[in-house]
Amino acid sequence: MFRNTYDSDNTVFSPQGRLHQVEYALEAVKQGSAAVGLRSKTHAVLLALKRSTGELASYQQKMFRIDDHVGIAIAGLTSDARVLSNFMRQQAMSSKMVFNRPIPVNRLVSSIADKAQVNTQEYGRRPYGVGFLVIGQDKGGPHLYEFSPSGNSYEYYAMSIGARSQSAKTYLEKHYESFADCTLEDLVRHGLHALRETLQQDKELNVNNTSIGIVGPKSPHEKVETPGGSFRILENDSVEPFLQTMIAKESADAPAPAPALSTGDEDVQMSE
Amino acid sequence: MDHFPTNWGRPRNDAFDAYGTYPIHQRPQNTPKDKFSDGVQRTQQPIVTGTSVLAIKYKDGIMMSADNLASYGSLARFKDIQRLHPVGNNTVIGASGDMSDFQYIQTLLNEIIIDEFTSQDGHSLGPAEIHEYLSQVLYARRSNMNPLWNSLLVGGVRDGKSFLAYVDLLGTTYSASTIATGYGAYIAQPLLRDAVEGREDTLTEEQAADILENCMRVLYYRDARSLDKYQIAKVTEAGVIISESKHLKSSWSFAEGIRGYGAQIQ
Repeated sequence: MFRNTYDSDNTVFSPQGRLHQVEYALEAVKQGSAAVGLRSKTHAVLLALKRSTGELASYQQKMFRIDDHVGIAIAGLTSDARVLSNFMRQQAMSSKMVFNRPIPVNRLVSSIADKAQVNTQEYGRRPYGVGFLVIGQDKGGPHLYEFSPSGNSYEYYAMSIGARSQSAKTYLEKHYESFADCTLEDLVRHGLHALRETLQQDKELNVNNTSIGIVGPKSPHEKVETPGGSFRILENDSVEPFLQTMIAKESADAPAPAPALSTGDEDVQMSE
Repeated sequence: MDHFPTNWGRPRNDAFDAYGTYPIHQRPQNTPKDKFSDGVQRTQQPIVTGTSVLAIKYKDGIMMSADNLASYGSLARFKDIQRLHPVGNNTVIGASGDMSDFQYIQTLLNEIIIDEFTSQDGHSLGPAEIHEYLSQVLYARRSNMNPLWNSLLVGGVRDGKSFLAYVDLLGTTYSASTIATGYGAYIAQPLLRDAVEGREDTLTEEQAADILENCMRVLYYRDARSLDKYQIAKVTEAGVIISESKHLKSSWSFAEGIRGYGAQIQ
């Protein structure tokens, strides 16, 4: 029945000192399609790969606007993401109403991290099965955070989550030192290159399966004015000019493709 | 009668339970708690009160003044009450109206300042945020038919910008370069406008203090709920400084010559 004696209840530690249900929740994030986030001194951007269930289906939304200054990209269970993003929107609205202040990004991320932590400690609950990349700007400039179902949140220069995100991470780790002084166009290009690494063999990024989220001043490639550099999501035709800037894989100094990870449908094997 | 629709049938309130996850018997209730709660009276008049607060903008920031008196009706009951209160590092509030409500407001503000401090993330509440918070609290209280009976001035400096605004028991707010509450709104405000408007960026600290002292003196002569002991708060980029109590010089010899009031012979 159970693969592991300590599987059934998330509040009981295994003899190795681990919470298996929490680790399975982290695996749920890895089942979702990839999302990449990067930050420069002036901008933070998100790039995500949208999946569709078939030729006749639409593509599943991967990015959500939380407030004028904050947006997220998700990987994992979309339904859990909607619950959490709804909560984030309420937190943001509450800060606006009570203090007339856009909520500081780190507090927003901490608030959902605290919510997720409760689910790792209380009987009869389950952890959220979704991870976020959160970008936003506040008094401290642009920020990028990762949120995960274990209740952890960290700030990053660049990060990727979701299926095959290790390949994107490898790309980001190679290039991240140049991100701080990048223009928005270069930052997005790096992001697209990183996201490309997560694709399956015969797939490529196109206007249908790519979402771009941005905070910071407008790019010449964007048509719509964004007052104060607020968060916006680019999809479909708006993505095209950015896709054009990509350098074909052969000529790009991309790292060798990472070894294929688990195929996805087999269950997780806990390493001891 | 329970007038709160969230308590009718299967309630749903986005603020605390967006997904209706609580069983009905566990949900917070807004109905009266017992037989006596219907008999509870809300504040219908202030009891121990402070009179006017004055505040102006000047070259380096904000200056605010209030006397040290808390009256019990017309009785000058407490003569060593501080009505200026620092909030965080760059804001000061001044209160007229009910002093117990003011003390409650002080505890509320202390709580949010501590919350803000403990997050230790480089963000802090400036005068604009404090003022917004107070206006929300006071408006919510008046909407529950249970007002906090104060007129408050909020002043401060943040990122090189000075901020001065008013909020009262109804949640009414406005902002100006000179503001006075209470009796001072009639007596001192015209004097302050004459002295300050158009000179906000040139008035020195000494000039600003003189203007306020002069107005406090006029109020002491005219306002029967005032005292000749007062304090001045100044908020600059450097922070908040609230002075020791100062004594107003006044002369009442002219009273000898006044005829037509009181029990005078002739």
